[in-house]
Amino acid sequence: MIVDYHIISTLVEDKPGVLQKVAGLFNRRGFNIDSITVGESEVEGLSRMVITVKADQKGLEQVTKQLNKVVDVIKIKDITKNAVQRELCLIKVNIPNAKARAEIMQYTNIFRAKIVDVSEETLIIELTGDMEKIDAFISLLKGYGIKKISRTGLTAMARGV
Amino acid sequence: MRGGEAIIESLKNMGVKTIFGYPGGQTIPFYDMLYDADMDHILVRHEQCAAHAADGYARASGRVGVCLATSGPGATNLVTGIATAYMDSSPIVAITGQVPTHLIGNDAFQEADIIGITMPITKHSFQPKDPDLIPSMVKSSFEIASSGRPGPVLIDVPKEVQEAELTKFDDSLIDTPGYNPNTKGNIRQIKKARDLIKQAKKPVILAGAGVIISNACCELKKLAEIINAPVMTSLLGKGAIDETDDLSLGMLGMHGRKVSNDYINESDLLIAIGIRFSDRTTGRLDSFVPDTKVIHIDIDPAEIGKNVDVDLPIVGDARNVLSSLNKTLKDYEVSDDVKSWADMIKQKKQELLPRVTYDDIPLKPQTVIKEISDVLTPDSILTTDVGQNQMWAAHFYDTQKPRKFISSGGLGTMGFGFPSAIGAKVACPDDPVVSINGDGGFLMVCQELATVRDYDIPVIAVVLENRTLGMVYQWQTLLYDGRHSQTEFKDSPDFVKLAESFGVNAVRITKPGETKEALASAIKDNEPILLNVVIDSEEALPMLPPGAGINEMIGEYKLEKDVI
Repeated sequence: MIVDYHIISTLVEDKPGVLQKVAGLFNRRGFNIDSITVGESEVEGLSRMVITVKADQKGLEQVTKQLNKVVDVIKIKDITKNAVQRELCLIKVNIPNAKARAEIMQYTNIFRAKIVDVSEETLIIELTGDMEKIDAFISLLKGYGIKKISRTGLTAMARGV
Repeated sequence: MRGGEAIIESLKNMGVKTIFGYPGGQTIPFYDMLYDADMDHILVRHEQCAAHAADGYARASGRVGVCLATSGPGATNLVTGIATAYMDSSPIVAITGQVPTHLIGNDAFQEADIIGITMPITKHSFQPKDPDLIPSMVKSSFEIASSGRPGPVLIDVPKEVQEAELTKFDDSLIDTPGYNPNTKGNIRQIKKARDLIKQAKKPVILAGAGVIISNACCELKKLAEIINAPVMTSLLGKGAIDETDDLSLGMLGMHGRKVSNDYINESDLLIAIGIRFSDRTTGRLDSFVPDTKVIHIDIDPAEIGKNVDVDLPIVGDARNVLSSLNKTLKDYEVSDDVKSWADMIKQKKQELLPRVTYDDIPLKPQTVIKEISDVLTPDSILTTDVGQNQMWAAHFYDTQKPRKFISSGGLGTMGFGFPSAIGAKVACPDDPVVSINGDGGFLMVCQELATVRDYDIPVIAVVLENRTLGMVYQWQTLLYDGRHSQTEFKDSPDFVKLAESFGVNAVRITKPGETKEALASAIKDNEPILLNVVIDSEEALPMLPPGAGINEMIGEYKLEKDVI
């Protein structure tokens, strides 16, 4: 049984309880959802959910079929193989000294991140990218002391037509 | 028109004549409107039984059953019944009262998030916050409950919505773009099935409840006859084929007929129709049909490949698919191989018929079921509770027509037998309805004796009394060194007096021949009655122990041919 990481994009009706149903189905089949993002889609009244989950192929197929049965779920697609993936992350990092401040600002530039809040002792940095990029940035900042991390979870879109 | 009246009107438009329910604080407005309405209501004595009765009604008739309960505890009491219907794909609509909209989320008196609670056990749910939505939601509930793979739908109606005036009565279906059950069956797959069938030398058909639900029994019989294939069923598939037919082998599974369990793995093609391959039907999966090609026809794509790996899936309504498949098999000729396989199986069936002839006292359950079979006509409906009584009924009773054997399969709900019989009798007032119960399960729902008396519903309740929780007792005997933990009743009620205290006649039966006599006269009297049958507490069917393959039953399988 090979367990892989999957990105599932679903189009659902924008109604109360739908998120609960979708998350509940994953839970029932024993999958732990790594992240789930929900927002409006291109169609009024419909939302798009992007779910990342680790699953074996058979388990994933089963949960996809079960999701398809939910009346409020309109479309489901596994877009793992060919998707633009982005996540937004806010990091509040300590500034122990002026040297550190300069270094952090340098890293921020290299990663094309943005400083969105400045105080004497901390910075808040906003970073967008795929998960690996964000993980890499976070590990660079760890030495300075990270006070808080807030990540949105992955959103993604299949490439091409 | 007010919300509650709109519910009643919409139900009437859907052809509903009877609902099963129990009033409470948040449904008082609805019940006030029901007072003047042309709608029968059966007041059960516990909400769970309203759901089971609606379920029994649905299974017996094929029409949607309706149950009603108040908010909070009333609604949560429906949960077991809703879950039972969900597991067995039974179309019911459950209507619950809810606290007024402005109190929802405030932990108001008798408030429960019943939509949240029932999310994993309903096909869909609605909560009209505007009375104008009621006609559409009721109609859509019926549509969703009864189409595709059927299942329960919940409508949770806040109190003030029941009282509010509608501005218009518009019952157009609610748009559900995500709901399009595939009923047709892909013709290319059907042709591939034809090819597999033509190559097969030892075909077998396994029919589940889906055949009954989609009214495909004629098509099934036709297929079996065209290709001369023996037919096994799951528990809930009983009645998909006339079990007295030569081609019918009987139930497969944990307590299945020996001929089915022994020979399924010898087949080279399994045509499984409307079945979900429950663990109770298949035994250990890796020793279930390991060398057999499998065609799986089911309306629910999620059932394909869920448990058993399938060589050829066909997603569609069993009736549609079988009728197309039969057409493609017009030129099918039964080969010598197929014929000798079928002949061999038919002969084995006769040799392996289970023993039902006994003259023991205490009574053997086999005798009781045999006597019931002798009296009942093919149109009679048999409902069962759960446990040994259920397996004895399933094993020894030959069901001849669809919708005549009603049982809680998936959820295995004790307490299902008696209230589901009430629903079945309301649906089919002209057919005798007998429910077979154990003394454990019957006590969970015995208060419904008041209901059958109150409404003169002539249900015949058989209570097999062995003063044990027999199924668990049996497992403890076979698998836990006979340590009968909490499965023996030190004392039991006098079931005859119990029934009589409700004004229901009752007979105590202890000897062979008495069941037959009492049942025949009960059917003639057409009155509710309880038959309290005292049986041998040590009698147990052979079974598959957990983890065993389908042909590895333990326990002695007694054969009718060995009766001297």
